[in-house]
Amino acid sequence: MAPVIVVKEVNKQFRLQRTRTLKQTVMSLVKRKPITDTFLALQDVSFRVPEGQSVALMGLNGSGKSTLLKLISGVMAPDHGRVRVRGHVAGLIEVGAGFHPDLTGRENVYLNAAILGMSEAEISEKFDSIVDFSGVERFIDTEVGNYSSGMFMRLGFAVCIHTECDIFLIDEVLAVGDRPFKKKCMERIHKLRYDGRTIVFVSHNYNQVQELCDRALVLESGRLAFDGSVEDAGHYLGYDEDEDDPDAGEF
Amino acid sequence: MTQTRSPAPASDHPLGDLRPPGGRGGLVDVFRRRYLLSLLVRKEIRVRYQGSVLGLFWSYVRPLLQFTMYFLVLGVILGLRKNVEDFPIHIFSGMVIVHFFNDTFNNGTRSVVRNKALIRKIKLPREMFPVASLLVSAYHAGPQLLILLVGSFISGWHPSAMGLATFALGTAIISVFAMAIALTFSACNVFYRDFQNLVDTIGILIVWSVPMIYPFSRVIDTAPRWFENIYLSNPLAISVLLYQRCFWVDSTSDPQATAASEMPDHLLARGLGMLAVVLVMLVIAQAIFHRLEGRFAERI
Repeated sequence: MAPVIVVKEVNKQFRLQRTRTLKQTVMSLVKRKPITDTFLALQDVSFRVPEGQSVALMGLNGSGKSTLLKLISGVMAPDHGRVRVRGHVAGLIEVGAGFHPDLTGRENVYLNAAILGMSEAEISEKFDSIVDFSGVERFIDTEVGNYSSGMFMRLGFAVCIHTECDIFLIDEVLAVGDRPFKKKCMERIHKLRYDGRTIVFVSHNYNQVQELCDRALVLESGRLAFDGSVEDAGHYLGYDEDEDDPDAGEF
Repeated sequence: MTQTRSPAPASDHPLGDLRPPGGRGGLVDVFRRRYLLSLLVRKEIRVRYQGSVLGLFWSYVRPLLQFTMYFLVLGVILGLRKNVEDFPIHIFSGMVIVHFFNDTFNNGTRSVVRNKALIRKIKLPREMFPVASLLVSAYHAGPQLLILLVGSFISGWHPSAMGLATFALGTAIISVFAMAIALTFSACNVFYRDFQNLVDTIGILIVWSVPMIYPFSRVIDTAPRWFENIYLSNPLAISVLLYQRCFWVDSTSDPQATAASEMPDHLLARGLGMLAVVLVMLVIAQAIFHRLEGRFAERI
């Protein structure tokens, strides 16, 4: 089957500037201390995702999951290797990114949806559905700055989930909202999956991964350590034996 | 794998070919997404004076104050008003250009860093932000142009074909030049915030580098010939002169004589040459921006 995501021999290195000012830089040079630190976030990662597959990206914090997701969405470019996609990429990477606190909910929905690539006609058509999904109808003409953090995230989430896409990226965002809202979100994501969308799902929640994914990739310090079925990934990560592991259960 | 589908040949896949994620970017992409651009511009305009009682009026306080000071000190106290006919128009036609440029330069340079939340998380044509800054500045320049127009009519302005041509040319040069500078500086500012401080410093120089509060003829009279060419290699100076040719020269009692004595030779030709130069600068600026953009998300 033709792949919709191809990641080939990808390296991503971050340079951490140790010195912030000219004075510090000069002092470091004099003392022969390094000015920058490099940090390999991803090393030689390769995989392909066929259309309609739902892949979990697992691993500890700092293992490179979010970086990989950013490479797939195009926010960052790899230093070495290639990332190729087919179709439109969207996702729940940063819900509410670009929300401006001084604009009303309505204005922010339009702005955010346009940022995510929707046309004016598309937004107008989906507006009611977005607001309905978010459950903040009463406050839609209030400035977002006055929203509670839950309302803010729900509205952001509602916009994201209404974008048309072929590849849907999800980055640990299901931690937001109350239980009914989380349930609604999961239902929506499952619907995307059954509609044949390709999904990349970053999560520490093994139960959700089991429910949603066909395949799991495990990253360890930037390397692809495991690629296989979700069940085997569970064994690999020791979720089944170590029930007290805080990563294993709910958040 | 729960889903089975018949494999499609890679070449005519319904979702198209494999491509690098995020699109090509660039000013062309900004134009393609002009609905988003219009929303960003509207947001900027609304948000800038949010919570201030006088609102948009603040956009006019600074130029108005500056204009008054220039006119009082240079026009009245130093007596330039007597040598330069319609001195207020002379100043104001320059100020429209200088303010538009400084506004774009200032906000454009900071625009990318200001939107770091978006840069880090969502793939957009990032040129969008400096372009939005330029359009917001243009929006604010509108009423200033209107004031200039009314002032010119009061001073007896008779628009000429030449004047309208120089107005169009001046607008084109200053817009392209401001865009090129804003693109370059906004990208560099991601890596070194020194650039936004540099902007304020350059802003002080700009006022003195254009024939706004002093007439161009003074430059010719006092400086050697070679300096005139250096002076006129500044796109801002050319734009100011082109605006003055439109509004100020055609407001004076004898436009022909004023143009001959106060404007540089071959102004229109110089303007066209400058337009070509700034267009090349814009292409270079876009290339610089594109090159640096790859590391925006990690360095911002």
